[in-house]
Amino acid sequence: MRMSKLTAFLTATAVFTSALTLAATAAEVHVLNWKGYGADEPWAIAAFEKATGNKVINDFFNSEQEMLTKLRTNPGLYDVVMINAAFNDQAMAEKLIQPIDVANIPNYADISPDKAGSPMLIRDGKVYGVPWVWGLTALAINEKSFETPPTSITEMWNEAHKGRVVIRDDAVEAVQFGAITTGQNINDIKDMEAVKAKLTSLMPQIKTFWSSENDWNQMVASNQIDIGTYWSGSADRAKTHFKLPVSLVIPREGAVAWLDAFSIPVGSKNVAGAEAFINYMIDPGFYVEWVTKVGAPVSANTKAVAALPEDAFNRKVMGDPDVAKRIQFQAPITDAQREAYLALWQELKVNVK
Amino acid sequence: MAEHVATGSRSGLRSALPLLLPAYLWLTVAIFLPLSAMVFFSSMTELPLSGKAWSFTLENYATFFSERLYLTLLLASLRLGLEVTLWCVVIGFPAAYVLAKVLKGRSREAIFLLVILPFWSNGLVRIFSWAMVLREGGILDTALNAVLPFKINIDVMYSYPAVVIGLVHSYVPYMVLTCYLTLQAIDDSLIEAGRSLGASRLQMLRRVIIPLSMPGLVAGAALIFVPVVGSFMEPRILGGRTGTFYGTVIEDQFVAVFNWPLGAALSFILLAVVLVILALTSPVLRRAA
Repeated sequence: MRMSKLTAFLTATAVFTSALTLAATAAEVHVLNWKGYGADEPWAIAAFEKATGNKVINDFFNSEQEMLTKLRTNPGLYDVVMINAAFNDQAMAEKLIQPIDVANIPNYADISPDKAGSPMLIRDGKVYGVPWVWGLTALAINEKSFETPPTSITEMWNEAHKGRVVIRDDAVEAVQFGAITTGQNINDIKDMEAVKAKLTSLMPQIKTFWSSENDWNQMVASNQIDIGTYWSGSADRAKTHFKLPVSLVIPREGAVAWLDAFSIPVGSKNVAGAEAFINYMIDPGFYVEWVTKVGAPVSANTKAVAALPEDAFNRKVMGDPDVAKRIQFQAPITDAQREAYLALWQELKVNVK
Repeated sequence: MAEHVATGSRSGLRSALPLLLPAYLWLTVAIFLPLSAMVFFSSMTELPLSGKAWSFTLENYATFFSERLYLTLLLASLRLGLEVTLWCVVIGFPAAYVLAKVLKGRSREAIFLLVILPFWSNGLVRIFSWAMVLREGGILDTALNAVLPFKINIDVMYSYPAVVIGLVHSYVPYMVLTCYLTLQAIDDSLIEAGRSLGASRLQMLRRVIIPLSMPGLVAGAALIFVPVVGSFMEPRILGGRTGTFYGTVIEDQFVAVFNWPLGAALSFILLAVVLVILALTSPVLRRAA
């Protein structure tokens, strides 16, 4: 008798909790993104939750590979995932993400046609990624070390900066940077030997290989470096948010551009919530606040960029048609290429010892 | 009699089993299973997780021998391991001696606490604090220039010495602790006997103290050498452009290119090399001990 009462009680509790969890999951939006990259700003989450009634749960990754692994090993957990357009193809091919019904995302209509129509995000007429922001991997300088900002990438090789140059510890970025310096197409490198020779001669100039925004900012704050490769959004953040003497240089040789987009994973339990979240992320209101409060890359939404002040970096410099001509967007990279790039990069790093 | 002893030891094992079980269960779950999984991965062409077809291969192990890069890095890492171990002996052994034989009571407890203190902070925090000390315009540079009458420029950050300093700092407590245990076990009357027979301080050290504390030195050296050879965090953060070692290359394979099979194969080659070194040196060291 006592036993059955206990069983009844346990069953009741189990039913009650599962009903609760069900009710909760229905309104939860699980988001997978880089940490500190817009989607986890507390003010933004609060505004979104208030407007839509959905609850946002953030999860983070430290590399694109980790993001893909998380999608593979947790099917059905995430509702929104932020994917670099160059990786969208791989995620789609592995059936990790599903087509998006852009009719449910009102702000999609304002996305600049060249970004929305990117062949990296559309397959068989179906949209697999909603462009969010784009930016550059260009150069940034320590303003204390330059009278006038340099215009050429070759400044990195200038003897005057020996031991005060940094480059990111990333094989793909380093090789593509070498391709730009040697006047090649980053997505179709014909002369790998030239890239290797150019990077080899850069090695003695290098102070260290940076891996996070924080590394870069700390070295500038303590005046240890003059120049290095940097991301446009990070340079903006360093200047506006951390008040550091950093300015971005888009060299005349060009720069590597990347496009970040939102996708909806296969098996998402809250597609409507995901669509609402993506719509909010590309909304001009969110974007202007993000840029002002934190500093951000350039929105893919033309209305969002137009809502910035005339002289804002993301509008004036990044929106310059002359810049648009120089930059090259990253295309997908095969695993074989990635491993070859890493082998080259490791060889360079070992020979410097 | 002999039979009696045998049954006695057998029942000893049986009664010891409940005590051993948790440790061995834990070892099986936490070490044996992941390691076997890694052996499995290291002989595959692709990770099954990526959804591609895969087969068994020895290609990953062959890569180590076909690319000079890996051998160069392995030698650099072994050298790093030796240097760090040596510095740990030089710094840790005298400290352990003072703790075991000179200090008593409260002061011993206080110094002991200082030795163990680094264990209470996160490894990453320790490395970043070294970064603040070692760089140009950092704490060391500023402090020395404030005291010294002439101007010196200290910038050891992003160099090989910085890596050694960071690693020695992390691992020296192991050496102090293992040496302390063996030094404390040395009977003071042995030292008194040596003195009364007219041995000089140096002779005492060479003929009595070091031989008797050898087990502690060997244990400490093994505890330090093995993880240092595979270290990747300290070289990456403190080493700058000279910070590429065998451990960082393995990390790259796992994190940057998602080539787990090659990363696992490289790890096992390292494990094999370390085991061979320990096996080769153990008879020599045991004789010395």
